[in-house]
Amino acid sequence: MVGDKGWKKWLVISFFLLPNFIGFLVFIGIPILTSLGLSFTKWDLLSTPEFIGFDNYKGIIEDTEFWSALKNTLLFIIAYLPTVLIVALGIAMLLNKNMKGRAFFRAAYFIPVVSSWVAVSLIWKWLFNPAYGLVNYFLSWFGFVGPDWLQDPQWAMIAIVLTSVWKDTGFVMVLFLAGLQNISETYYEAAEIDGASPIKKFLHITIPLLTPTTFFILIISLINSFQVFDQVMIMTEGGPAGSTTVLVQKIYNHAFRYFEMGYASAVSWVLFLIIFIVTLIQNRLQKRWVDYEQ
Amino acid sequence: MNSDVTVVTKKQTTQPVIFLNKRKWLNKIVFYTTISLGALIMIIPFLWMLSTSIKDQGATMTLPPQFIPETITFTNYAQVAESFPIWKFLFNSFFVAVTSTLGQLLLCSMAAYAFSRLHFKGRDTLFLIYLATLMVPMQVTMTPQFILMKYLGWLDTYQGLILPGLFNAFGTFLLRQFFLGIPKSLEEAAFIDGASHFRVFFQIILPLSKPALATLAIFSFMQSWNNFLWPLIIVSNQDLMTVPLGLSILQGRWATDWNLLMAGVVISVIPILAVYLFAQKYFIKGITLSGIK
Repeated sequence: MVGDKGWKKWLVISFFLLPNFIGFLVFIGIPILTSLGLSFTKWDLLSTPEFIGFDNYKGIIEDTEFWSALKNTLLFIIAYLPTVLIVALGIAMLLNKNMKGRAFFRAAYFIPVVSSWVAVSLIWKWLFNPAYGLVNYFLSWFGFVGPDWLQDPQWAMIAIVLTSVWKDTGFVMVLFLAGLQNISETYYEAAEIDGASPIKKFLHITIPLLTPTTFFILIISLINSFQVFDQVMIMTEGGPAGSTTVLVQKIYNHAFRYFEMGYASAVSWVLFLIIFIVTLIQNRLQKRWVDYEQ
Repeated sequence: MNSDVTVVTKKQTTQPVIFLNKRKWLNKIVFYTTISLGALIMIIPFLWMLSTSIKDQGATMTLPPQFIPETITFTNYAQVAESFPIWKFLFNSFFVAVTSTLGQLLLCSMAAYAFSRLHFKGRDTLFLIYLATLMVPMQVTMTPQFILMKYLGWLDTYQGLILPGLFNAFGTFLLRQFFLGIPKSLEEAAFIDGASHFRVFFQIILPLSKPALATLAIFSFMQSWNNFLWPLIIVSNQDLMTVPLGLSILQGRWATDWNLLMAGVVISVIPILAVYLFAQKYFIKGITLSGIK
């Protein structure tokens, strides 16, 4: 082939790879290493960074706000993840049929996905308005007096979870739909001949053959939900009384409100470590429940 | 629906035909009611946003709420446009999203070509390093990236908004996978005819990769258009704000003027919805391929 020898070969390689590689190094590679380095320093952006060893990490262990942010993040995940999975699977099952208006419904469920988090958070902040919001108005039809959602420490996180489920359902649904379409019709036909009921077909064909998709969704959604931020920032800014402060909110506060760059970096590495370990555990556990037989 | 009919007939061959139809209809009614209710839950918040945006302030505070306002007014939009450089926000978002998208397409496809077609020492190790960085959340890199921007004097600049986002490994990964699926026989014929790598890349590989490129384009456009955290960190000058950041300062100014806020939200949502409706197919495909929002 032309130019595959000597300096000409390297010229070709440089042309294709170097622009990307330099940028990657400057904007991803070096920042990752810098952030690790910074996590061992104390730095307010103005003075020179001061090396303090593991003090930031020790500080994190003693920081009650960190533990409460971790707790809030986990609470968010525990409430959000199963809900969004079940709702999205249900809708995907319905939409998987050959039906009239399927494209329309799929588009409707997908509209919140393409809208920005800021827009969606503002819309829901208004819907959750205690006096004139639609949510409490709807509850009043059934005789309930709705809470002051975003100002009440007991309800604020629930409001954020509901908003997140609403926004992400379409996204998870599309992933499930792709998985459902991968299941060969022949399984269902065989089950039909055996006279299996729809519930049996769902439990013994759909659920097991969908486990690879479910596994993929779980990995992606867990990583995303550990990084929950936009909706919290717009809807509550972490309040009331810190009841919705999540890990990324805490990183943001330390870095860009208190200018504690070292501490913020340390928290971000702890977040990375948590995500990494959880992903690793999921990977280990997959053999027990994910069915790749198809 | 055909398969449903056969199930029913097989199980209940002794039932009269009328019953069969009744049951089929009942199923259909339940099915469409459920799915429509779900769709309503998805759409009502957007209709409510529209409805609020054309009310006057007083009409937002009535019970029961008015879905169709008694008096329709467009002054909210005018007031948003007067008080904030909303056209500038829109222009900035478009400019940043379009340049990021084009930049990513070019940079990622070139690197993907190197990773899938050129042979050199350490290629696969380097690719693995690229992949490994996908696991690092952006919160880890954002602080050093901010510091870098500060030292380069790129806070409150377009290059600061655009450049760091160009280099995520995801696009390279997506396109490399696609390029690997293109049969090599096509380029081999071209090489025999004396074509260079540049010609093969631009005239064979890229034209064959339109679906993957379209997917990546829409993905990057959407990501850039909706990005909030990065502009929040590096932009404080209103003239450089993108729409999501602009919306958040609207909120700071009009915390309770929901009619004004919703007018702002409508302006921000319409462009991305238009893009989505035109390119629905690729959106869905992009999501399925990537699993990343």
